Amino acid sequence: MMARNTVETNTAPVSDVFGKSGPLRLETPFHPRIAALMHTHAWYDWSGYLSAHSLWDEELEYFAIRSQAALFDLSPMVKYRIEGPDAEAFCDRLTLRDVTRLKPLRVQYTAWCDDAGEVIDDGTLFRLSETRFRLCCQERHLPWLLDGAIGFDVAIEEETEAIAGLALQGPTSFAVLQAAGFGEIGSLKPFGIAEFAHEGGRVTISRTGFTGDLGYELFVDAGDALSLWDRLWEAGRLHGLNAIGFGALDRARIEAGFLIANVDFVTVDAALRADRARMPDEIGLGWLVDMKKERFNGRRAIEAARAKGANRHVLVGLEIEGNVPAEHAIVYHRKKREAGIVTAAIWSPMLKRNIAIASLQRPYGDTVTDDLWVEIYALHELRYVKLMKRARIVERPFLKLDRRRATPPGGF
Amino acid sequence: MKKWDAVVIGSGHNGLVNACYLQRAGLDVLVVEKNEWIGGAAVSRELTDGFLYSNCSYVCSLFRPEIMRDLELPRHGLQVIPYEGGAVFTQDGDHLGAHRDHHAHRRAFARFSKRDAEAYERYARDVTRQCRFIQPLLMRTAPDPARLRPRDVSELLYLGRKFAGLSAEEMALTMRFWTMSISDFLDEYFESDVVKSYLAISGIIGTALGPMSPGTAYVLLHHYMGEVDGSVGAWGFARGGMGAVTQALAKSFRESGGTIRTEAEVDRVLVDTQGAKGVVLAGGEEIRADRVVSNADVKRTFLKLVERSDLPDPFVRDVERFKMRGSSGKLNIALDSMPEFPALPPNSPCVRGDMHFTDSIERMERGYDDWKAGRWSADPILDMVIPTTLDPTMAPPGKHFMSCFVQYCPPKVEGRDWTSADRDAFADTVISQIADYSPGFRERIVHMEVRTPRELEDEVGLTEGNIFQGELTFDQLLFNRPVPGYAQYRSPIGGLYICGSSTHPGGGVMGAPGRNAAAEILRDAKRPNKQMSPAHEVL
Ligand SMILES: Cc1cc2nc3c(=O)[nH]c(=O)nc-3n(C[C@H](O)[C@H](O)[C@H](O)COP(=O)(O)OP(=O)(O)OC[C@H]3O[C@@H](n4cnc5c(N)ncnc54)[C@H](O)[C@@H]3O)c2cc1C
Repeated sequence: MMARNTVETNTAPVSDVFGKSGPLRLETPFHPRIAALMHTHAWYDWSGYLSAHSLWDEELEYFAIRSQAALFDLSPMVKYRIEGPDAEAFCDRLTLRDVTRLKPLRVQYTAWCDDAGEVIDDGTLFRLSETRFRLCCQERHLPWLLDGAIGFDVAIEEETEAIAGLALQGPTSFAVLQAAGFGEIGSLKPFGIAEFAHEGGRVTISRTGFTGDLGYELFVDAGDALSLWDRLWEAGRLHGLNAIGFGALDRARIEAGFLIANVDFVTVDAALRADRARMPDEIGLGWLVDMKKERFNGRRAIEAARAKGANRHVLVGLEIEGNVPAEHAIVYHRKKREAGIVTAAIWSPMLKRNIAIASLQRPYGDTVTDDLWVEIYALHELRYVKLMKRARIVERPFLKLDRRRATPPGGF
Repeated sequence: MKKWDAVVIGSGHNGLVNACYLQRAGLDVLVVEKNEWIGGAAVSRELTDGFLYSNCSYVCSLFRPEIMRDLELPRHGLQVIPYEGGAVFTQDGDHLGAHRDHHAHRRAFARFSKRDAEAYERYARDVTRQCRFIQPLLMRTAPDPARLRPRDVSELLYLGRKFAGLSAEEMALTMRFWTMSISDFLDEYFESDVVKSYLAISGIIGTALGPMSPGTAYVLLHHYMGEVDGSVGAWGFARGGMGAVTQALAKSFRESGGTIRTEAEVDRVLVDTQGAKGVVLAGGEEIRADRVVSNADVKRTFLKLVERSDLPDPFVRDVERFKMRGSSGKLNIALDSMPEFPALPPNSPCVRGDMHFTDSIERMERGYDDWKAGRWSADPILDMVIPTTLDPTMAPPGKHFMSCFVQYCPPKVEGRDWTSADRDAFADTVISQIADYSPGFRERIVHMEVRTPRELEDEVGLTEGNIFQGELTFDQLLFNRPVPGYAQYRSPIGGLYICGSSTHPGGGVMGAPGRNAAAEILRDAKRPNKQMSPAHEVL
């Protein structure tokens, strides 16, 4: 006789198995609108949120960013509210750049390190007023922030769920905002912030983004999210506004030369292998370090490493011959000696060039910059074509668009 | 008097590609263009306020990415946006949709024939195999089997080896592709008339042949061997219209030190016993140059710009026999609002692609019958796109530019010259067809440019209005293009070269003729050619 297993079936709704901590994947405040536009069902998990990888066609979504306007839900981005009389001093201590020079209603791209000078994360710091900041980033850092705040008169609150965010990017993004009644944004320069009334609340609009194109980011209380979406969507009807997923954004950000934490570098908190952590100078973020500041986390270590020339790595932009993307390819010197790894690579539709971001071990990329090659394994119908392609170090951003900076911006 | 290293006659995209490579290799190059504007058949002009038309060519796929990169065209403003969709509207009020998504495409076909929907896989495979065979030939100078210098021999061997590398089955397919009619070819795969007519359009565009004429299968291939960012066979819109291609080329050319003169029509090429010495402009002005490169078509170049007595007679007769028959017209239409197509579901992506109203091969062939009789098709075959669905730069928000390519349209009307009344009647035939499928269409029109072979010849200089500077039939390809013995961009006159679409690998906004010609010119001039990066390999 066969043993019969009796399994008790759980009849509770799937979404309830985690009880009060919510479903396995949270829905963002814009979820109903995105779900209605979701054709491919290509969802992915962004920090526990159900997010669109693509809604329709990743390539066409990419071109929405570059030819028309694209709306991207960035609500899952981790956000911290930092407020109080010492907020400026705290942020200045925390991050690499000089926050005392960040005026209210301006944004800084920045990064922060531990005491060993190793990068914890990069992100954007919004100065919403004299005493109020918002820090946006990929990873979570509440203990680090709270511990660092001891001795400062400042309150720190994680507000990821409370605040909904949208990126509106692309050459017609200003035209869309104008049509939505936010026309005064025209005088806003890159990295500027403006506030507008919306549905009895406020919407914060900054001229920032992750695409290297003309673009804006909008933040509202989660409760106002849907009405903001609708306002933009209606305004965008005649301006080619498209909803996009992360796949498209990722292509644009590589062209713009932006990094993603734990894609292009390993954050110190994520590094199981201690040698994987990186100092700012090793991931192309040396320019953020403001040595004129007397005190900030990691200063001493960064200074010492610089003095000793102890940085072991260099992050570079590469242009690779041919048209086969070199994702995660090994970089060689003289086709022989391993020199590093490609962290992100695409064929750039805007540049008609094969581009890559790579992490090299010094001296490669530093004093030795010629005779670099990448080995690409192109798998076609169960056969690898092994390509050894010449790679040239080029400037990042790979793509520079005048319309990104033009103020007032053009209509397209 | 200044003497240029090279003067290029014509600022079509091939002339400019050629000029750019020569200039970058260190030659001092002058481009002379008869029109007030540059671009030839790759041009965008604002003929009515706020609307930019792609006046001739309207979609981009063939233009080689290697050229865009070498000449830094993206930095000079060239951007190509792939489009999706497309549809054939059927006479019973339905439509066959075309989609980029594989399965959506299959299911749209299945509404007409489940068999065809699944047959499409093998068809697509076979077409792709052929494209993979031809693509590597585009950026190489064809061998000259008559001369057989070492490089001709090695190039012939290359061709031979490629051919010998095919399986028996592939060889048979290749021969079929090179010789068959598109109608017969499609019959081998498909049963639905709507499906076949949708696919057949690429076989007759710009060609004075009907879908039942042998040779049209190759014309189809010619339209599939391009790419947009690696998607072979995909087509896109140049942002800002096709003029963006030539505007970017002109900027690149000027940045590297080149000079362009517009409103400078060449009357004839200056030739002495040693070869070409320059050109004489229509006003009599002489321009001296060590070499002359003509971007004009082969007939215009050798029958109009060169004295017959300077050329060997057999050559002239070959040029005269080169087939350049005009068969196409075009309407560029400024629309006050987005047209409606009740056959499509709301928000259908099909409107962002190529739309057609011919739902059977039979109707296409009847359209061709009219052309043979010297009339424009009473029931024309349209290739219609609305680039402003993806490009905000060509019309004000909410308004649209529609490009409507029309097959067939004869170079002469029943043997006589076109009149303006003919042209208006031709336009009306086209508009009526669109309006049958799009109610209220006429009321949306705010401006229209109508082009028959007459306008194409007068303005662009395309003999008989042939859009490819010569038919793309197999007898006029490879080492036979434009004429046997002169397929390597040279001519019987020393220092006189040709670089336009009349040469290998032929028409379309591709740039390969201009680039290949530059390689030959630089070889003759014994100049290093480091600016030209190798063609992407086909893996
Ligand atoms: C209506 C139409 C639609 C088309 N659609 C497409 C399409 O969608 N996609 C595509 O890829 N291809 C298309 N084609 C084909 C493509 O546009 C042509 O094959 C290509 O543009 C030809 O380029 P070219 O440089 O070889 O020559 P051309 O563009 O013909 O340039 C020749 C130049 O020489 C100039 N010239 C001629 N004689 C003289 C003289 N005596 N003195 C000075 N200058 C002179 C002319 O004015 C012209 O500027 C289309 C063509 C037409 C006409």
